[in-house]
Amino acid sequence: MNIFERFMQIDRRWIFLAIGIAVVIPFFFPLELPVSVTDPVQNLYDALDRVPANGQPLLLAIDYAPATLPELEPMSLALLRHAFSNDVNVAVLTLHPAGYGLAERVMVQAADEMGKVYGEDYCFLGFRPGLSAVILGMGVNVRNVFPEDAYGTPLNDIPMLDGIRNYDDIPLLITLAGWSAAEAWVLYAHQPYGQDVGAGVTAVMATDLYPFLDTGQLVGLLGGMRGAAEYEELIGHPDAGVRGMDSQSSIHVLIIILIILGNIAYFGDRRKKREMERDAA
Amino acid sequence: MRRQFPLALCFIAGLFMAIQYFIPHPTVQNFYERLLIWLQTLLAFAFLLGTVSLVRIHYHKIKHRADDRGYSWVTLFALCLMIGLGFFSSAHHAQGSPFDMMFQNVQVPIEATMFSLLAFYVASAAFRAFRARTLESTLLLVAACIVMLGRVPIGDMIHSSIPTATRWILEVPNLAAKRGIMIGVGLGMMATSLKIILGIERAWMGGGD
Repeated sequence: MNIFERFMQIDRRWIFLAIGIAVVIPFFFPLELPVSVTDPVQNLYDALDRVPANGQPLLLAIDYAPATLPELEPMSLALLRHAFSNDVNVAVLTLHPAGYGLAERVMVQAADEMGKVYGEDYCFLGFRPGLSAVILGMGVNVRNVFPEDAYGTPLNDIPMLDGIRNYDDIPLLITLAGWSAAEAWVLYAHQPYGQDVGAGVTAVMATDLYPFLDTGQLVGLLGGMRGAAEYEELIGHPDAGVRGMDSQSSIHVLIIILIILGNIAYFGDRRKKREMERDAA
Repeated sequence: MRRQFPLALCFIAGLFMAIQYFIPHPTVQNFYERLLIWLQTLLAFAFLLGTVSLVRIHYHKIKHRADDRGYSWVTLFALCLMIGLGFFSSAHHAQGSPFDMMFQNVQVPIEATMFSLLAFYVASAAFRAFRARTLESTLLLVAACIVMLGRVPIGDMIHSSIPTATRWILEVPNLAAKRGIMIGVGLGMMATSLKIILGIERAWMGGGD
């Protein structure tokens, strides 16, 4: 076995160790790399900026599960901070069964930070099963789908929802999703009802949504932790997204180095074997 | 009758959902509203179906003393515990309740950890499998490296054209491929829907015909 072959068959635990180190080190020694803002993120920021203060609410759908929380929770916090700092009312809901506790915790955290009052500045509609049916139903009447909020208060008794009937009364909807919910909001809220929809999704999902961005079916898009970091830069509140960028940078560079080394070893090994075959012949 | 009635119902409901978009009359819209409420109620039963199915599978594993029945015990115990906490503790969803504590301190870290492990396996797989063997694989490899660099701040620092190239890859070749796939999927969905509405495709009725 030549040196290239040995390198290609390196114990994968060494790779795991390298990845672990590359993730952890930047948390102790931050690189503080500058994050530039891309157009899809800027567009979502601008769309939220246009939502009137103390008026019709922003609808924020926290449609993610704990698995995608590290990427999507920084986005939801940044969006809530932006909305609350502009005095925009926010109605939070979730269409993911595991999203209830996650939605509640970011909503309460952001509201406590900004001194917002439940019912007047924000409210939580809770969870409803039946993705497409719920989205379509809200287009007819939000109260058909959510007759009361997550805590049992009838929607008619929540001051910030006075006069809110359907998508006509919601200036912007943003979904944060780690599954097909973002597409569903576009298909069932934007297409039939003309609702402006923005999305925040995991990095691997972002490529799926570029067609909607290009056609204007999405007003803006946050893709992965990078999207969260860009939004945090825009609102001037760097947090978990910006912190995570250092680790993500080092991981991506490490993976590229591993790919290059793997290819050098592969071609080196192939050349060695050809030389040996030639010598044998 | 056992076959004709569901087929007729499917035909009428499917046709109605398609044409209601074009009839803004209040009677049609009221019925559409009612159908959506029925649909939500119906879909809520999927959770019940899922739970019953989960219990049945793990019950059978335990009953037949399968090798990995230990996991089935854990699954059923966790299921009963969470259902119990949900049903029998007042204000079960309130922050700090036992249900919420279990969710925030057990389910959230477990799921986040499981997903995070992907980074390790992706790195290992990239090292072993990402080879420039052919022109296609070389293109894929180069595109992947550019996108990986362009999606992190270090890409900007290495060269300002890397984020530009990343955007081009995402907005031109990626977009073209995605559009092609989506149009294909859309046409497929339309064809399948029509087959179901017209009673050509009957697998949903069971029985395999």
